[in-house]
Amino acid sequence: MKRRRLRNWLPAVAGVAAVATLASPLVLPQAAGAQETQYFPVASSRVGPYSAMGTGYYGAQIDYMNYVNMNGGVNGVMLTWQECETEYNAVKTVECYQRLLEKDGQRIVVFDTLGTPGAYAVINRMADDEVVLAQYGYGRTDAADGRVWPWVFNAASHYWSQIAVKMKFMAEQEGGIENMRGKKIVHLHIDSAYGREPLPAMRKIAGDWGVELVEISIPPPGLEQQSQWLQVRREQPDWVTFWGAGSGMNSTGMTNAARVGFPRERLIYVTFGAAEEDMYPAGDSAKGTYAMANALPGDHFPLVQRIKEQVYGAGKGNLAEESRVGSVYWNRGLGAAVMWIEAMRNAQEMHNKVGQAVTGAEFRDGYEALNMTEERLEEIGIKGMVAPFAISCENHEGAGKFAMMQWDGDKFVQVTDWEAPLDPGYIRQLVEDSAAKFASENNITPKQC
Amino acid sequence: MSAKPVFMTYTKGDVVNFVVLMALAFLVIPSIVETDYWYTSILIPWLCLALAAIGQQIVMGYTGQLSLGAAGFMAAGAFACFNFILRVPDIPFFVALGLSGLVAAGFGILFGLPSLRVRGIYLMVATLASQFFIIWMIDKFGWFKNYDTSGIITAQDIVIFGHAFTSPMEMFFVVVVVVTVLTLLAMNMARGSTGRNWMAVRDMDIAAESMGISLLRTKLQAFAISAFYCGVAGALFAFTYLKSLEPVAFDIKLSFEILFMVILGGLGTINGAFIGAAFILLFPVVLNSVGNNLFHGAIDATIISSIEQVVFGVLIIVFMIYEPLGMAKLWDNIKQRFLRSRSLRNEVPRDHKGLSKQES
Repeated sequence: MKRRRLRNWLPAVAGVAAVATLASPLVLPQAAGAQETQYFPVASSRVGPYSAMGTGYYGAQIDYMNYVNMNGGVNGVMLTWQECETEYNAVKTVECYQRLLEKDGQRIVVFDTLGTPGAYAVINRMADDEVVLAQYGYGRTDAADGRVWPWVFNAASHYWSQIAVKMKFMAEQEGGIENMRGKKIVHLHIDSAYGREPLPAMRKIAGDWGVELVEISIPPPGLEQQSQWLQVRREQPDWVTFWGAGSGMNSTGMTNAARVGFPRERLIYVTFGAAEEDMYPAGDSAKGTYAMANALPGDHFPLVQRIKEQVYGAGKGNLAEESRVGSVYWNRGLGAAVMWIEAMRNAQEMHNKVGQAVTGAEFRDGYEALNMTEERLEEIGIKGMVAPFAISCENHEGAGKFAMMQWDGDKFVQVTDWEAPLDPGYIRQLVEDSAAKFASENNITPKQC
Repeated sequence: MSAKPVFMTYTKGDVVNFVVLMALAFLVIPSIVETDYWYTSILIPWLCLALAAIGQQIVMGYTGQLSLGAAGFMAAGAFACFNFILRVPDIPFFVALGLSGLVAAGFGILFGLPSLRVRGIYLMVATLASQFFIIWMIDKFGWFKNYDTSGIITAQDIVIFGHAFTSPMEMFFVVVVVVTVLTLLAMNMARGSTGRNWMAVRDMDIAAESMGISLLRTKLQAFAISAFYCGVAGALFAFTYLKSLEPVAFDIKLSFEILFMVILGGLGTINGAFIGAAFILLFPVVLNSVGNNLFHGAIDATIISSIEQVVFGVLIIVFMIYEPLGMAKLWDNIKQRFLRSRSLRNEVPRDHKGLSKQES
């Protein structure tokens, strides 16, 4: 009887669900008050294999926006935001982008996918929609050529610079480039656009130096790596550059390295495997692993301290665990959010709109005018957390510098200062060549700078 | 069932349904829906995935062959379409679309071959090969991606008779036209002798064979047609929704989602493919936007995201328990009930007469 009744109810429930389906995406509450506001999208990835990255990074962005609001906004303009879950999935990122695009009649001015697949999925919409794609150390590398990609930035340095800095580090450890001849590097990467992104630069440099490069791919999500590590053991490489994503894949990499006896002091992790959450699960196997940083961890930076006091002190913090404030991903998200707000400040000043919301085009100008000098970073309170940089019309990369860290079993220890590639001009040339190829294939006339 | 056909084999109800749906697609939606979001993020992917679900429906719902490689065929179709447009000068878009469907159909026949030997879940495992082989092939040989270093390529604009269909509404029309034509075809096939053969094989293949139905021909035909639908759906998905081509977008997860669409929507029904696609595609979106709108700031966003997945999973279980025949059946029930209550209200006095007339 009961079952019967439930069955009768089901159509009604389905009807309600259908109505909700149709109505819901149209409903966007949080009406803007009289106060001037600027709307930001948070296309987070909080569930799935990449949750550690997504919660830390986007958590920091929200924390910083809360902090800015608590301190009077950006020249009085309050920040609003809306979240959407992408699960680090390109298809869902497209949906999220469209959903977040406009709210209360205001359009987003910047978009941040924290994932190369997602960035590629929306990259062609930026110019038409007049939205800045801010790739904080990920995404399409040749977007560093601002003449071909005026709306796309990869400030905080791209993957080609990163791999060049890694190879420079290897050369230093081996005692010079001349000692690199005949050495063997395995590039062990997740089989996606992100994993393959550094390869063009890496192949070129390896060819110039006489280094043998072996590319081994791991199918996503990368939790199964045993056969690949056996292959590594057969190859007997001098170095392994590990290009993984998600703490599951990254920690599995180190435990497998330990299993096949590959020294962790010869294993260099990419920025997206260079976080505490990637290291802890591997336990002792992680000790000695090198990892690259584009924003250093630590909660001793004045801005981080102030956010802890004001935002977390008021119980408005976004992270459930306050102890993660100051971790690698959180600090990286902070670095990205600081750039948004600085760009917005620039845009207000450049276009005489102090105290008003800015448009996508104005924001783009502000972003391109970013000049994060040592002094400015100190004023903000993150001196030393990121390398000082400036963006220009041609160069959308920023510093192009990375710092090497080493995991001591408990925390990261910085082992080098902010390092640029040995020959930044060479990397830049690769970027310009690639961008020029893209421009000619797609009939884009590069902008004059 | 007893209603008289008015046009070919279609009853009056069918024709009315068709006209209403077409009016909805070509007149009502374009005049009501103005935001791009609805076209680009809801309607277009829904129609594309529904088309792929029809493909899955043909091989699984009608022919009873468990298969799990729909996303692989979609990838084949998408990349075939890209290459046809890239390499054949001035090829009309619909021709490229049809050819890419045929390429996918070729793969369908190839990977349908195991169905002659193995069945049930073993066949499902065998068809997984298509998923992995096609993606691997596209990744391995740079030619398919025009030697793009990153492996993600930009889809060309859709140009039909010199007009570029780039705005969301225009692309929606392209998708609607293709989906309408192919859906009508699928319905006809399902109702005709082709569909009877499929269902005979599904219900009991030995009996079907002794009736003179060639198993080889029927099964491979189903696989080919299924892959054709998936291929066209994949090409549309890449060209109108993603606007970029990336093998990772067609991963095993998408194959599973299409499988779920068919099971949840109702096996062996065409409208089930549309309903299932709507549920699987839209419900996470609804849950996510409801979660983010209602509980914005109130609950930890990480917990909201996790709860959405739990709710979605629970809903699937509930539907499967209370309506194992899928949502198409549910839809029928709603319709039946609505019609019955209306007819009861209107026709109670004439009930006896009507009944006796029909019985005689």
